[in-house]
Amino acid sequence: MSQARWFPPLLAVALAVALSFLTLPIVAIFVDSGPAELLSSLDDAAAIDALTLSLWTSTVALVIIVVVGTPAAYLLATRRFRARNVLITLIELPLVLPPAVAGIGLLAALGPNGLFGQALDDAGIRVVLTTLSVILALTFVAAPFYLRQAEAAFSALDRSWLDASRTLGAGEATTFARVAIPAALPGLIAGLALAWGRALGEFGATLMFAGSFRGVTQTVPLAIYERFATDFTAALGLSAVLVAVSAAILMTVKLATRASPARVLTR
Amino acid sequence: MSLHVEAVADLGDLHLDVAFDIPARQCLALAGPSGAGKSSLLRVAAGLLQPTSGRVTSGDDVWLDTARNINRNPEERRCGYVFQDYALFPHQRSWQNVAYALRDRPRAVRQREARGWLARFGLEHLADARPATLSGGERQRVALARALARRPDVLLLDEPLSALDTRTRASAQRELADVLRVTEVPAIVVTHDFAEAALLGDEVAVIDEGRVVQQGSASQLAARPATAFVADFTGAVVLHGTATPAPDGTTIVTLAGGHQIRSTDRAAGPVAATVFPWEITIEAAGPATSQSAQNHLKARVQFITTIGGRVRLGLAGTENLIAEVTTTAIADLDLQPGSHVTATWKATATRLVPHA
Repeated sequence: MSQARWFPPLLAVALAVALSFLTLPIVAIFVDSGPAELLSSLDDAAAIDALTLSLWTSTVALVIIVVVGTPAAYLLATRRFRARNVLITLIELPLVLPPAVAGIGLLAALGPNGLFGQALDDAGIRVVLTTLSVILALTFVAAPFYLRQAEAAFSALDRSWLDASRTLGAGEATTFARVAIPAALPGLIAGLALAWGRALGEFGATLMFAGSFRGVTQTVPLAIYERFATDFTAALGLSAVLVAVSAAILMTVKLATRASPARVLTR
Repeated sequence: MSLHVEAVADLGDLHLDVAFDIPARQCLALAGPSGAGKSSLLRVAAGLLQPTSGRVTSGDDVWLDTARNINRNPEERRCGYVFQDYALFPHQRSWQNVAYALRDRPRAVRQREARGWLARFGLEHLADARPATLSGGERQRVALARALARRPDVLLLDEPLSALDTRTRASAQRELADVLRVTEVPAIVVTHDFAEAALLGDEVAVIDEGRVVQQGSASQLAARPATAFVADFTGAVVLHGTATPAPDGTTIVTLAGGHQIRSTDRAAGPVAATVFPWEITIEAAGPATSQSAQNHLKARVQFITTIGGRVRLGLAGTENLIAEVTTTAIADLDLQPGSHVTATWKATATRLVPHA
């Protein structure tokens, strides 16, 4: 027994080191930029534009991800087929892709000289350097976070719930809507939070694919980067705003999960 | 309306090949070891598992006919299915779980009807509770109410009582027997327990390795088990040995431990000799006194368990036996673990079944 006495303190020390390292930069942002800087950064019209753009483009991206991703993840979780593991790996690929590579890839696919560039041009759709390209970039980098989490949440469902629903007269679509989604809700919401956080912080792919034009493609991370070269205090203030907004979204989602009945019930 | 199920399917290591006809108001108790294909058969009937070939009909309704390419979806078959772990939806209250089965009823009456079903099972006070807060017995009743609320043409119960503790189980058994008695539709109940099969089933079918090894009334199975597994399932003591016909018309069985016992059943070759624990009497070790009983085995008392007025004795010797005696016998013989005794039973109480 006595040999193990050093072990619990070791765990505590490891957690303390991890915690201080991970929170230090965030604490520093708020220490360096006082309330005055924070407020003045919100006084800047360009900052407000960036914040508004970030919020609505990430919301649109999230809606696309949830609407398409939820049924896709359900299919991956509930069917067993041969190419399943390959498909899951392909979906997870953007997770390990450097954002710059994601941006290049999007350009190669949808840019003027890209795979579908001519087709999009013929259809009269301009993608690159427009707000649409921001939404596409955010969707591309954030979707895997949601898909992975949603697939895991659906896989964890008790299959007998889905079977019971069918024997009780519900078709596949009703089973999905009335049993699978409500029962997997905590996992889905956690995935949503992760994806949203990733979308709000997206930088590299947006810069490569959409550029950094105020009010059109300049999201908060791009605005921070622009200020970084000229006005470090303003960059700090805007960073603090982004941290606050992200934290607020994360907290809201966590609280929503706690209030959800399904969480209480899945032991 | 009767239920007909026949299915041939390869499920991993298991080759399922069974067929059953269950008339209306009748209940078939399906027993067998784990992995014998009992649940698979229920899933075939409900449309949750598609067999390689098979036919499922409920009255004139054809639910599955692989020869004619008919395969109705589970939601199109009126099956009241009670799952082993009850499969109550965790995000819904009890009444909502029941109301889920009533989605073909007008929205306005669903809640009232669902609460009515719960009241029938004495659960009206738990209508607003969520499954996680219910006891095992309460969950079982909600699941049963939900299955019946579907107004099924067929009832399928997959080990409906196995998740319950022993005390809840006894009352749940009686309750379920009452439900099955009044229900108009054919039912299949999967069980591990012979007493439960005897109580719930009008007929008992034992399946092993995907095939029916015996089907009949519980008393038929107990009196004439077709295999060692059926004998063991009915609670009999099973002894393995080799049978040789004796000149007097009886059969001598040489047991694995070298001892010989007699049976009035005819058999030759490898057999399982079975005897019920209550047929075995216990005497103090020494020369046997009983004149008529021909089978004697010396053994040592391993354990003594009292169940109500009966006592189960675990006996270890060259063969392991279970004997059931009265509490008086224990006192008279002054038995305790370690005592040496002779177990005695009649040749007429010894059933022989071929054993591969």
